[in-house]
Amino acid sequence: MTNAPIIRVENLGKHYETAAPDTPPALNKVSVTISAGEFVAIMGPSGSGKSTFMNLLGCLDVPTSGAYFLNGRNVAELSLNDLADVRNRQLGFVFQGFNLLKRVTAIDNVALPLLYAGVGKRKRRERAQELLTQIGLGKYGQSLPNRMSGGQQQRVAIARALANSPKVILADEPTGNLDSETSNEIMGVFTKLNREQGLTIILVTHEQDIANFAHRLIRFKDGVVVHDGPVTHQ
Amino acid sequence: MNPFATLGEAWRALGANRLRTALTMLGMIIGVSAVVLMLAVGEGAKQSVNRSVTSMGSNLFIVVSGSTSAGGVRAGMGSSPTLTLNDAEAIAKIPSVAASAPDFRGNTQIIFGANNWSTQITGVTPDFMVARSWTMDDGEMLTDADVRNATRNAILGQTVIKNIFGGENPVGKTIRIKNLPFLVTGTLQPKGQSLDGRDQDDTVLVPITTAQGKLFGNPFPGMIRLISVQAKSAEVMDEAEEEMKQLLRQRHRIQPGGEDDFSIRNLTAMAQTAAAAAQAMSMMLGAIGSISLLVGGIGIMNIMLVSVTERTREIGVRMAIGARRWDILLQFLLEAVMISVIGGLIGVAFGAWGAYGVAMGLGMEVELSGRAMLVAFGVAAATGIFFGFYPARRAAKLRPVDALRYE
Repeated sequence: MTNAPIIRVENLGKHYETAAPDTPPALNKVSVTISAGEFVAIMGPSGSGKSTFMNLLGCLDVPTSGAYFLNGRNVAELSLNDLADVRNRQLGFVFQGFNLLKRVTAIDNVALPLLYAGVGKRKRRERAQELLTQIGLGKYGQSLPNRMSGGQQQRVAIARALANSPKVILADEPTGNLDSETSNEIMGVFTKLNREQGLTIILVTHEQDIANFAHRLIRFKDGVVVHDGPVTHQ
Repeated sequence: MNPFATLGEAWRALGANRLRTALTMLGMIIGVSAVVLMLAVGEGAKQSVNRSVTSMGSNLFIVVSGSTSAGGVRAGMGSSPTLTLNDAEAIAKIPSVAASAPDFRGNTQIIFGANNWSTQITGVTPDFMVARSWTMDDGEMLTDADVRNATRNAILGQTVIKNIFGGENPVGKTIRIKNLPFLVTGTLQPKGQSLDGRDQDDTVLVPITTAQGKLFGNPFPGMIRLISVQAKSAEVMDEAEEEMKQLLRQRHRIQPGGEDDFSIRNLTAMAQTAAAAAQAMSMMLGAIGSISLLVGGIGIMNIMLVSVTERTREIGVRMAIGARRWDILLQFLLEAVMISVIGGLIGVAFGAWGAYGVAMGLGMEVELSGRAMLVAFGVAAATGIFFGFYPARRAAKLRPVDALRYE
């Protein structure tokens, strides 16, 4: 478990320009190191800065202060195109609302990151089919997302996140729209990916049950980390 | 991401909202077909005027004798017997003048066999051919000898031939004009309508002396009403006009300060005015077409802006999974260009079809040039790029975190 750090943030801060003048920053001098292969849950009340932290880790937003090293590279020094490539190849996103393209078949949704990676059409198909099979939806390639259950959609979204074999999966409340049984199924998928493929998984949740699947818990409040340690099963 | 894949994404997005795509495209179709149709009609009008202008003869003046007045009643121009054949010959000697052709016209019935036809008999000299840009179809033109001897030789225009000869070759045949036999020595190439719509081919040319002496009589022998004068070039038109004026005043012994007893009309200037009017009409029609194209373009921009707003979340997702700004820009730009290009192609087809309909249905002359169609199509594609760029750039400039959060 004590591999080289894949994510290292130092004094990371985010202050929204649009916020009212006297509000404290959304994120204030956060320093966290996450090693390759860790399974981390992030918790905290709304407005605590956990979503801001995830957006920064995901290179979807840029910090106003501090440094973020992903795989040893300082993300602040990357151009917009480089950031897009980082999101494409090194990170995989799973969202609460699945965020699949509605009018696009499951297999094409999974293949989309490959499209942006410049992979040829046949290879895209092969890889997408392989991923769908891996998560147990091999026969649903031609289905449209709105014909699938929530659990199935989230599986497709996970397959999409895995398309370019990223090192890190960022999941923002991946079970927020699912019932508890399906939630457990999805968490099972994450656990398996973490255990069998050594993927680093960082997930935001507000449910303790979900957080219990992880090995490490980081708790945010008012923009700072108030707890960082192993998950204690209560 | 390669452009072909982007093309596929754009195509899929267009297919997802067919009605909207079709309606947006309709704006483009109407715009482009309007441009093509208007250009065709305008160009047709311009060409028909230009043809009439060239058929009239280039660098042309018409010299008309002055008016008479009898007991306070003033007759029109040409009623006073002030121009003579000698005047015409004198004008021909002016250095800047290429040809000086007096003519004398009258209408009468002509007969060949069982057919008869009322037409204009034009008494001419050989210079007439040059001054009015006529060419022979068959046979020989009248000669100076014909004029000198007032022979009964005639040259026929195509309309006359069609009406009294049918398909027969008239050269060598004898026709009767006012019961006098005339030998047909030649035929004229067809010329079509004049600027005022008269059929120029409905005429018979005879020596001017014959027309005056034997056909229509002339109260003032040797007097003529009209001389067609061709200047040597467009540059010497003013010079030729001034010299003619001086010459005629001198020959007619008009005192300085006295009024001219003739008038000189610059037909080429009039023709140029007509051509300019046709050109203006052509441009105006083109402008009307362009406005509808502009409206179509704004329609594209409007729909693309709506589309970008609607699909903000989709843009966020695409960015989150690795789309670069350029990928997003290209996708939306290609959607706009696809609409305009496909609309442009259909528009060109509709425009051409409409032009054909106008030509058939209204009998108007249209000129459908490949260049005009290419230009209309090119402008349509450019419109797509121009009006598609702003919405596409707006999409590409979204920050991923904001786009993802958009509800």
